Amino acid sequence: MNQLMWAAADGAAVAKRNLIKIKRVPEVLVWVLLSPIMFVLLFAYVFGSAIDVPGISYREFLIAGIFTQTVIFGATYTGAGLAEDMQKGIIDRFRSLPMSRAAVLVGRTSSDVLYNLISIAIMAGTGLLVGWRIRTSVWDAIAGFVLLLLFAYAFSWVMACVGLLVPSPEVVNNASFMVIMPLTFVANTFVPTDGFPAPLRVFADWNPVSAVTAASRQLFGNVDPNPLAMTPEAWSLQNPILYTLIWVVIILAVFAPLSIRLYRRAASR
Amino acid sequence: MTDMVRATGLVKRYKEVVALDGLDLTVAEGTIVALLGPNGAGKTTAVRILSTLLDADEGTAEVAGIDVAEHPNEVRALIGLSDQYAAVDEHLTGYENLDMIGRLYRQGRHKSKIRARQLLEQFALTEAGDRPVKTYSGGMRRRLDLAGALVAEPAVLFLDEPTTGLDPRSRMDMWGVIRRLVSQGTTLLLTTQYLEEADRLADNVVVIDHGREIARGTADELKRQIGGERIELVLASPTALATAQEVLSRLAAGEVMLDEANRTLTVPVTGGAGTLMEALRLLDSNSISVLDVGLRRPTLDDVFLTLTGHVAEAPSGSNGHSPTEAPELAGNSEEDGR
Repeated sequence: MNQLMWAAADGAAVAKRNLIKIKRVPEVLVWVLLSPIMFVLLFAYVFGSAIDVPGISYREFLIAGIFTQTVIFGATYTGAGLAEDMQKGIIDRFRSLPMSRAAVLVGRTSSDVLYNLISIAIMAGTGLLVGWRIRTSVWDAIAGFVLLLLFAYAFSWVMACVGLLVPSPEVVNNASFMVIMPLTFVANTFVPTDGFPAPLRVFADWNPVSAVTAASRQLFGNVDPNPLAMTPEAWSLQNPILYTLIWVVIILAVFAPLSIRLYRRAASR
Repeated sequence: MTDMVRATGLVKRYKEVVALDGLDLTVAEGTIVALLGPNGAGKTTAVRILSTLLDADEGTAEVAGIDVAEHPNEVRALIGLSDQYAAVDEHLTGYENLDMIGRLYRQGRHKSKIRARQLLEQFALTEAGDRPVKTYSGGMRRRLDLAGALVAEPAVLFLDEPTTGLDPRSRMDMWGVIRRLVSQGTTLLLTTQYLEEADRLADNVVVIDHGREIARGTADELKRQIGGERIELVLASPTALATAQEVLSRLAAGEVMLDEANRTLTVPVTGGAGTLMEALRLLDSNSISVLDVGLRRPTLDDVFLTLTGHVAEAPSGSNGHSPTEAPELAGNSEEDGR
């Protein structure tokens, strides 16, 4: 078997372990289930009472943004999980085994997709209850969900690097909060960006988070149905799906090799 | 006999700290070598280099003739590693932990399952085998971790402080397990802070301090050097120290050592309790009053005192567990930090 096959086979053994853990520590799952419900309800009723989006209802506008923010936050489980394994010496055990050097990371990032899959399902259900609708075909909607998961998967490799660099899972959570909050707020996730001050507006337009959100809105049909509605100026938002996919490729190309490198040297500290 | 482990001139530096300073080490096939030293002496660093977890800055290391830096994955297939932190997943059951390790040694589903059950039985964990590890005691976790190191029936086993932090009973159990293993022909390198442990288990002992070897030999050879038992006395008054030293030298099997700051005398003896009583009688007849007295078997401290003239220096901090002997070394080092 070649290296890639071994990475997949060993990764499956590691992923199986992580999945057993989800079953044994249901407390984590409770948080995974409850936080998206909380976000949907908070934003829908608090912000929704004050924010006006041209052409569609705020709640319909909002849900794609919540999806994006939640799956990005979901990627922090990858970093926290790796940091915890480092702390407990489990990474050392793995590193002493004749297994693929990519397997721990492949297994971790793959099994963490489950968290996001569950979050999205819960959020979609809650969204439907408060008035969110999919106005396109089933295939478009599935493409929308896949795109969200794909971006979150790529982002989890960024968090994997963080997890291998910091001393404890708590640091991953704090550090990622400081980065993900601004990243997901300076974007089109919760409000239209038209009113942003110019520099913030440019950042928001080219922020991949905006592209993911815009792409999901487009794929779910949560956009202004008026054909005369303003098209965005930035290329990134005119082609949000393509722009998102470019980011997925770039993130994976940079952070997958980087995190494998960090893993190899992980215990050298 | 061939050497299954051979390290030459290992050097490892962490910023300003020199963890290993030119360590040579060999372990012949089917024997046990104990690396004895205090926290921070470089024991863990040496094991980590030999088990491919860490690159040495200088020097070479081979396991079964294979260079660890050049062919790490081939070395990994031949070794088992179990360290003081019991790297088992506490949310998985004992069985699941072993099965996962088996799969990662690429044993195949069927073989991996059989081997996991076999090891659980061998380590008296059959009953607990299907419970999550977080319900295990410290001794059980350590046994499971050791079982994990044995999944692939390794030719060479590395055990890093296998009994540190265990209660005396679990420690005895662990010694039994380790002795049985080696009687089956496994080559073993173990690290320990306890002379007693090295004495019980190892064919050869290498004493290290500040990343350098300071003595090597069989446990008996070392103990002969250290001088077996000693009486330790704390006097009430510092003025009586010199007289006491003179009086007690009549009983001593070697030089009576004096620690003025702590008003402590250390007297190497051979006669056990009888000599202790004789010493007290002598002091009493000279009107020297004694605050505290005890008969001690040699500890690592004594090894260091004898070999280097200073007590084993552990970096500041304390971890507070010392299984059987009283004045053991406590402390955290860079080896402990993760």
